[in-house]
Amino acid sequence: MSILELENVTLELGGKRVLDNLSMDFWENHIHALCGPNGAGKSTLASTVMGLAGYTDFEGDIRFEGESLKGLPVAERARRGITLAWQEPARFEGLRVDRFVGAGARDRSRARLASALDSVGLDPDAYLDRAVDRTLSGGERKRIELASILAMEPKVVLMDEPDSGIDVEALEQIFRALQELKDRGATVVMITHSPVVLKHAEHAFLMCCGRLIEKGSAEKIDRYFEDKCITCPHVNEPEEGEPA
Amino acid sequence: MSGDDIVQKLLESIGITPGHPLPVNTARLQVHGNRVVGAHLVPGLLVDVDERPDGIAADITVKEGVQIERPVHICFGLLPERGAQHIEMHIDIQEGAQASVLAHCTFPNAVEIEHRMDASITVGAGASYSYFERHVHGSSGGVHVVPKAQVTLHEGARFKTEFELIKGRVGAIDIDYETECRAHSVLEMIARIGGRGDDAITIRETGRLVGAHARAVLNSHIALRDTSHAEVYNTLIASAPHARGHVDCKEVVQGQALAKAVPIVEVNDPTAHVTHEAAIGSVDAKQLETLMSRGLGEDDAVDLIIEGLLS
Ligand SMILES: Nc1ncnc2c1ncn2[C@@H]1O[C@H](COP(=O)(O)OP(=O)(O)OP(=O)(O)O)[C@@H](O)[C@H]1O
Ligand SMILES: [Mg+2]
Repeated sequence: MSILELENVTLELGGKRVLDNLSMDFWENHIHALCGPNGAGKSTLASTVMGLAGYTDFEGDIRFEGESLKGLPVAERARRGITLAWQEPARFEGLRVDRFVGAGARDRSRARLASALDSVGLDPDAYLDRAVDRTLSGGERKRIELASILAMEPKVVLMDEPDSGIDVEALEQIFRALQELKDRGATVVMITHSPVVLKHAEHAFLMCCGRLIEKGSAEKIDRYFEDKCITCPHVNEPEEGEPA
Repeated sequence: MSGDDIVQKLLESIGITPGHPLPVNTARLQVHGNRVVGAHLVPGLLVDVDERPDGIAADITVKEGVQIERPVHICFGLLPERGAQHIEMHIDIQEGAQASVLAHCTFPNAVEIEHRMDASITVGAGASYSYFERHVHGSSGGVHVVPKAQVTLHEGARFKTEFELIKGRVGAIDIDYETECRAHSVLEMIARIGGRGDDAITIRETGRLVGAHARAVLNSHIALRDTSHAEVYNTLIASAPHARGHVDCKEVVQGQALAKAVPIVEVNDPTAHVTHEAAIGSVDAKQLETLMSRGLGEDDAVDLIIEGLLS
């Protein structure tokens, strides 16, 4: 069953068609990957689903649990169960990790916040009282953001490039945390161009130039990407008539 | 009201209740208007107070080499809606001594109150002094706070001051601190102020790094809403070899508020180094959207971001 559906979504930014008549179904309680080369429109798609400023004026429809998200503010989409993890998470000067992780948490007890940090492989005693500022490494901030999402207990998580700025060990922690989200019933959408990340998906989409090129199993998308995208002479411009 | 009742009321306004008392054997001084209503001293700490018509004059000395373990608790306040309190303080932290002061200035019912502080502070060679001043104001903003201090840091001295006004309305505040930093001394000044309504904030902090290897950091974090405004003039002048300094001003502006930051850095020695950083603007969009994507409404998200900035 699909929890999130895009129907003929088209979005223009700065006179450019960045999402081009996209239709996609994200199945409930599955881990999806959204792949494609730089500039394909993957992050734009995530921002549009979340309803971020500048990404609300699209054609077509986006439905969550059967209801259109059109016109709903970010916070309302989040309250319904959608959230987004940024490729490069924000810094918050002075804001303590416990306050940040607790901000959207269902259960704000210290024990729950600690277990969320634990799930992303960070020692709660060492991190809960620190600030989410520049003294944290990019990888630490990324995991703390994911901890805040675990504590929120969302239904759909859009995670932009789980592997960017992350070492191998930390990436394993991130996959474990995403699996934990799935085990708790969530649907996960990982945005990536990495075969390593793609391998962790049960289902994948390939985008290019704002369009959906292919969908199917992770292996199928990986093969397509290897065979066609990497050798493709067109920079982010699929040839006419390619399969969708 | 008896002296004890007044002390009780002052302390309550800053969150110290019979259920949450001050630790025993904490040195303290409590001043209501122009009356000392409570005091407790510890060995090595000398306090000499003169009650004046509109306030007090106090000489506070920490004797040479004395280390005062717990922060000295000072409370200045006025409970009525109107009035004036003028505090004159001469603080002398003698050579090798160490002390910290936690000062609460509380005007919980203020409608029209003026609180002036004129301080001279000397931190002796190798001594260390930290002064944390927290203000508690009422919700109508009728306080005019004018703290002025002349500070001298002798060789190897350390001085840290923090000024915090986060609860209640600021009213008008006009801070003016000037510090002379001799060789190997360390100065750190931090101001955290949240303004709303038509609050007016002016901060003037000057550090003169006159001794070799002296170091200073001036930090101001200000959050403004409504029609409040703030002007921050931070000056660091480094005129000695290997002096180091940094000026940092962050102001978050909402609504019709107005912020101005004027950092002045001057270096008169080729081996000295001073940097400055100022960031003024509305709340960062990515921070806001991150919190909103966790389900916080815009106002709650802004409050949390500002809580961080002022912490
Ligand atoms: N505000 C904007 N105005 C104009 N063009 C934009 C805007 N935002 C994005 N684009 C363009 O839209 C295209 C898709 O960008 P997007 O960030 O979604 O790509 P992506 O697939 O996430 O790429 P990457 O893998 O590099 O992160 C790019 O060509 C980008 O330049
Ligand atoms: Mg992207």
